[in-house]
Amino acid sequence: MAEETTQTAGGPFFRVVKRSGISTPRAWLIRLAAVCCGLIVCALIIVAITKQNPLSVYAGIIDGAVGTNRRLWVTIRESLVLLIIAVGLTPAFKMRFWNIGAEGQVLMGGMAAAALMIYLGNTMPNWLLLMLILLASMAAGMIWGLMPAVFKACYGTNETLFTLMLNYVAIQIVNFCIVFWENPSGSNTVGIINSSTSKGWLPELFGLTYGWNVVIVMAVTLLMYIYMKHSKQGYEISVVGESQNTAKYVGINIKKVIIRTMMISGAICGLAGAIIVSGGSHTISTSTGGGRGFTAIIVAWMSKFNPLVMLLVSAFLVFMQKGAIQIASQYGLNENASDIITGILLFFLIGSEFFINYKLELRGTKRGTK
Amino acid sequence: MKKIFALVMTAAMAFGLLAGCGSSSSSSSTTSDTASEAATSTTETTADSSNIKVGIIYVGDENEGYTEAHMLGIQEMIKALGLSEDQVIEKTNIPEDESCYDAAVDLAEQGCNIIFANSFGHESYMIEAAKEYPDVQFCHATGYQAASSGLSNMHNYFSSVYEARYVSGVVAGLKLNEMIADGTITADEAKMGYVGAYPYAEVVSGYTSFYLGAKSVCPTVTMEVQYTNSWADIAAESEVATSLIADGCKLISQHSDTTGAPTACEAAGVPCVGYNVDMTSVAPDSALTSATINWAPYYTYAVQCVIEGKTIDTDWCKGYADDAVGISTLNDAVCAEGTADKVAEVEQSIIDGSFHVFDTSTFTIGGKSIEDLIAEGGDYAQYADYVSDGYFHESELISAPAFDLRIDGITELTT
Repeated sequence: MAEETTQTAGGPFFRVVKRSGISTPRAWLIRLAAVCCGLIVCALIIVAITKQNPLSVYAGIIDGAVGTNRRLWVTIRESLVLLIIAVGLTPAFKMRFWNIGAEGQVLMGGMAAAALMIYLGNTMPNWLLLMLILLASMAAGMIWGLMPAVFKACYGTNETLFTLMLNYVAIQIVNFCIVFWENPSGSNTVGIINSSTSKGWLPELFGLTYGWNVVIVMAVTLLMYIYMKHSKQGYEISVVGESQNTAKYVGINIKKVIIRTMMISGAICGLAGAIIVSGGSHTISTSTGGGRGFTAIIVAWMSKFNPLVMLLVSAFLVFMQKGAIQIASQYGLNENASDIITGILLFFLIGSEFFINYKLELRGTKRGTK
Repeated sequence: MKKIFALVMTAAMAFGLLAGCGSSSSSSSTTSDTASEAATSTTETTADSSNIKVGIIYVGDENEGYTEAHMLGIQEMIKALGLSEDQVIEKTNIPEDESCYDAAVDLAEQGCNIIFANSFGHESYMIEAAKEYPDVQFCHATGYQAASSGLSNMHNYFSSVYEARYVSGVVAGLKLNEMIADGTITADEAKMGYVGAYPYAEVVSGYTSFYLGAKSVCPTVTMEVQYTNSWADIAAESEVATSLIADGCKLISQHSDTTGAPTACEAAGVPCVGYNVDMTSVAPDSALTSATINWAPYYTYAVQCVIEGKTIDTDWCKGYADDAVGISTLNDAVCAEGTADKVAEVEQSIIDGSFHVFDTSTFTIGGKSIEDLIAEGGDYAQYADYVSDGYFHESELISAPAFDLRIDGITELTT
C-alpha cells in the first residue's frame, strides 16, 4: 500500500519498502543505533532543561542505578519483577491471546500474599508460610487469568477488553481490603506488614537480601524457556497462535490450550505479586503493580519472547528509570523527568522495529534488492 | 545441539548472576559500616555545620500546598544555619509505599545525618530505615509511633495547627455573622461545609477546632464534613465542595492539599477558608484566609541539634507561641469588618495561655460533656489522660493530633 502512494508524481522524496528479510546482527545494529539516537535526544532535552554537561548527567544516571550496592540491588530487584511478569506474559502472547491484565493478576497475587502474611503471620513456621504464600498467590493470579480464558474459549469474548477491565476490578478489591488492613487506621495505607517479626518475608539467601528473588525468577524463566521450546504443550501454544485452523486440523483442542495457557500465564503473574510483596515491599497498595504489568508487555514484545533478551531489556528499562530518578533529585528536576526519558527511549526502541521490518528508499534510486 | 547449547548458556547466566551477587554483598556491609562510623565521629567531635548533610522525603512537590510549605521551611532552615544548597538532598513525589524506604536508605547511604519525611503514610518505612541506620536521625511529620518504636533516632514532629484553625474559624464565624446581619441568611441557616481528607484524628482535630472557632462568635453555626479519601485530589475536592454548597453550606473550609475547593467556591460565590497556602490567587473574591503551618522553626531546631550533637525531642509540637503556625493575610475584600481586631485578640489569648482551643465547656458529645463521659467509663475512658484542668490537652502527650471525638453540631456525611 505504501508503495502505491509513493509512486504518484510529486510524492515524498523516499518510499517505504518492506524488507524481505534481515540478518540478526543487522537488526541488532539498528536497535543499537536507535538506543544511541534516543540517548542523544534525551541528552539534548536534559541540556535544554538543566544546562548541565550531558556526560555528567549520564554519569548521574549510572550512579543512580548502580552507584552503590543498595542501588544496584534495588535495580536488580525491580528488573527481576519486570522480567518475571514478562515471562508470565510470554505464553499468552505467543498464543496471540492479548493478556493486558498482568497488572491485575500481579495485584491479586500480591494481595493473596499480603492476606496470608497478615492473618497467618504468627500461626506457623516461616518456611511453611512462605510455601503457602507462593501457592496462594499463584492460585489468585491463576483465577484472574482463568476467567477471561474460559469466556474466550467458550463464548469467544474479546480478551483484550476482558483482561483490561479485570485490572480495575483487582484495584478496587485491593482498595476494599486496605480498609480492613490499614495500619495505622485512617492512613489508607497498610504499612509494613509484620515489621517486627519478619514473618512471611522472603529470607536472605547466601547472605543476600534478594537472593531468593533471583533464584525464583531465574528458575521460572528457565522453566518457561524449556516449556516453550521443548515441550509438546509449548508447541501447541505456537500452533494455536499462528493459525487456529491449522491447530484444529491437526487435532489440537484449542479451548483446552487457551485455558491451560492462561492459567500458567496468570499463575506466573500472581507469583510476581508474591515476589513484590514478600520479597521486596512487604506491603500492599494499589500501586504495588506500579504499571509494571503494562511495561512488561513492551519488554516481552521487544525481546521477541527470548528470555535472555527479556532480561537485558527489563534491566535496561529499570536502569534508566532509577538513573533518571537520581538525576531528577540531583539537578532539581521533577520525578516526571524520569518518565520523559524512559518515554523517549521506548519511542526510539519501538520505532526501530519499523526500520527492521521496512526500509526507506530514496525516490529516483532503482528498486534494487527487491 | 544448538538447543542444548542455549540451555547451558541460560543456566550459566543464572548461576553467574547469583555468584556475582554473592561476592558483592560482603563488600556492601563493610562500606556501610565505615559510613556509619564516619557519621558518628562527625556528630561527636565538632559543632561544625559544613559536613552536615540533610535529606528530605516529600510526598508531593512544589505544586501541592502542603509540600510547598515544607519546602519553604527547609529553605529558611538553610538560610538560618548557613548551609549550602548541596548539603541538602530533596526527594519529591515519594509515594506512601516501599519507595519511601528505598528513598530513606538511599539518603542515609549518601551520607545524610538527618532525614525528614513529611507524610503520614511514610512512618512505618522510616522506622524500618531507622532500625538499619542507628546513627542517622529520622524525623517524621504527623506520625505518632516514634516514642513507642523504642528507637532513639526516630522522632515525630507536628505543629499545633489546630490553634491556627481555631483562629481561621473565628474569621469564618465573623463572616457568617455579617451575612446574618445583612439578611443574606438567617441565623438558623448558618451552616459550614468542610472538605476533609481522611476520617482520622489529624483531620477531626482540625475541623473541630475550626468549628469551635466559628461557634465562639456565631453560636447557631452547624457544620457538615465530607471526605475525599485522598490528601491531594483536585477534582474530588472541587466536587465535594460543590455538593456541600448545593446542600446549603454557606461557607467552605478544607483539610486537603489542593486549590480544588476554593476554585469551586469562587465559581459559586461562597466564602471559603483554605489550608497551607494563601488561596486568594485562585479565589480573590471568596477566600477569607488560610490556616498555615510554618515548618522552619522545627527544621532549624532539628538540624541545629544534629550540628551540636544534642538529642532531638522524640515528639515536637509547637504552635502560635513559637511562630510555628498562623493564618495567612486576611483578605480585606471578603472578611467582615473588625475581623483583624478580633483575630489579634484571640491570637493573644492563645499565645499567653489564657485560652485553650479544646475547652471542654464549649462542646458536648451526644449532649454530655467529655468529663461526664469519661467518668461513665466505656469507650471514652481512653481520653482520661488527655482531659484535665477543663480542656483537652491536644498534642501534648504525643506530637500528632489525638482529638478524634465527634462533637455535637458537626455532621459527617458518609457518601
